[in-house]
Amino acid sequence: MTPLWQRLSPLARGVFLLAVLAFVALPKQSRAIEVDLSSHLVAITAGFSGDKILLFGSINSPGEVLVVVRGPDADFKMHRKEQVAGIWMNTATMRFEKIPSFYAIAGTGPLEEIASPTTRALNGIGFDHIGLELPVTKAAGRIAEQWKDSLLRNLLRAGNYQLASAEIVFLGEHLFKTEFELPANVPTGSYSVSVYHLREGQIIDARTTPLSVSKIGAEAEIYDYAHHQGTMYGIFAIVIALVSGWMGHLAFRKG
Amino acid sequence: MQIYLPIAEISVDIILLLAMGGGVGFLSGLFGVGGGFLMTPILILVGVPPAVAVATQANNVIASSVSGVFAHWKRGNVDFLMGWILLAGGFIGSTVGVGIFTLLKNLGQIDLVISLCYVIFLGTIGLLMMLEGIKAVSHRRKTGGARRGKLHEHNWFHGLPLKVRFRKSRLYISALLPLGIGFFVGILSAIMGVGGGFILVPAMIYMLGMPTAMVIGTSLFQIIFVAANVTFLQAVQNQTVDIVLALLLLVGSVLGAQFGTRIGAKMQGDWLRLLLGALVVMVCGKLFLDLLVTPADFYSLEMVR
Repeated sequence: MTPLWQRLSPLARGVFLLAVLAFVALPKQSRAIEVDLSSHLVAITAGFSGDKILLFGSINSPGEVLVVVRGPDADFKMHRKEQVAGIWMNTATMRFEKIPSFYAIAGTGPLEEIASPTTRALNGIGFDHIGLELPVTKAAGRIAEQWKDSLLRNLLRAGNYQLASAEIVFLGEHLFKTEFELPANVPTGSYSVSVYHLREGQIIDARTTPLSVSKIGAEAEIYDYAHHQGTMYGIFAIVIALVSGWMGHLAFRKG
Repeated sequence: MQIYLPIAEISVDIILLLAMGGGVGFLSGLFGVGGGFLMTPILILVGVPPAVAVATQANNVIASSVSGVFAHWKRGNVDFLMGWILLAGGFIGSTVGVGIFTLLKNLGQIDLVISLCYVIFLGTIGLLMMLEGIKAVSHRRKTGGARRGKLHEHNWFHGLPLKVRFRKSRLYISALLPLGIGFFVGILSAIMGVGGGFILVPAMIYMLGMPTAMVIGTSLFQIIFVAANVTFLQAVQNQTVDIVLALLLLVGSVLGAQFGTRIGAKMQGDWLRLLLGALVVMVCGKLFLDLLVTPADFYSLEMVR
């Protein structure tokens, strides 16, 4: 039997959290930031077509809030097309290693205004500080800049990276909420959701809470099987195809 | 209703997949071809990664060919000797083809090569088929009867050694010929995610000189095994066979193929050829245009595991 909590919709869970926070966080004022998510586990099942995660939190003193969601590191390949004999084909490939597979920022204002350049650099906040630059040995100067810009543009377009500069909404003086969207092709793995409390561009407190995105159930098993038992998987696929083709024939012969 | 495909790693509408399977299955039954040449581009269009589309479609081709071959077998329209020789070539060819596929995938050129193969091979065949169909249809209109020519033309390749007598097809030709055709089509079927019927069928008619009635059953017979080989190798080497996607397409295509076969049996061969040719030319034209159009972004992204 599923716990009541899991049967609630993300919105209902969010509202519930909000109520709890309003009750608990305000009178105590023990920590500068309290934060929680509508769900710490995003399960990719058969019906998965993206998900929304609600984040609720409170701060006990005035200031700005910044939320950074970072996915597990991954390697990406970028191809550049050129016209060769009238046809567009990939003529250059660049590999970007160990960069976040997902990165979303939301703040109470534009990132440049609420966090100082030093703060951003020291804490690795913002697209300029997450290692999208190619090593100088691979490309330099204007070429390197073009590759980096294109990488960022593609990641933003794919929904892997998101920049919502003023999406945090305050509900009253202390409570805030925001929402971020995980696309249907969201990378799986361990995510971290960091919430920063800033004043005059400096971080005065921060909290990080985990978020896990994983394939659950049949989807996960099929994926694992395909990648670890390729031989059996291949035979299985062939048998299924043979049987269904034969069954199609039988069904129609009788009918 | 959306369903998440575990290997393609995207979610797609189930109804759309069933309809695609049904539509392509109908056409494949109608024309006696695997239907892969339509399904693979459509899958790519829907957002399935090309590598997954090609490998999964190979799996799907097995089912539609099995479902189609029984009907031809019952009518005695399968030349098994010819089928086995084509198959031997096809096995080697498709193994080489999957190797080439893996290499091109690593080089980042697989999408281009898939498209080019479609445009060049499929486009040429489609154009020829269409012209032939037009000629035959208009000729019949004028004379009011079918033209009866020579049984088949004699070319240089009829002088090759290792001659074998194919009783069913009433042919006495070199075994190297079907072996070579099988090999070439095997490579193409691995790279393009097709059974290869579109090349096999005309090659068997025009190069081998097989009776048309025998061609479809025999090609389906050999396609089953070549597609099985491609599926297996793709699953082992590239992990790109999506069973969930294949199953959903199967349901539609097996049903569709049965209807197609029935209607195809009632239609005239020339008209079938004309229609299939036109369809093929349209698919290839679209792919060719896509290669010529300036891309919105010169850079493209690929996540590596």
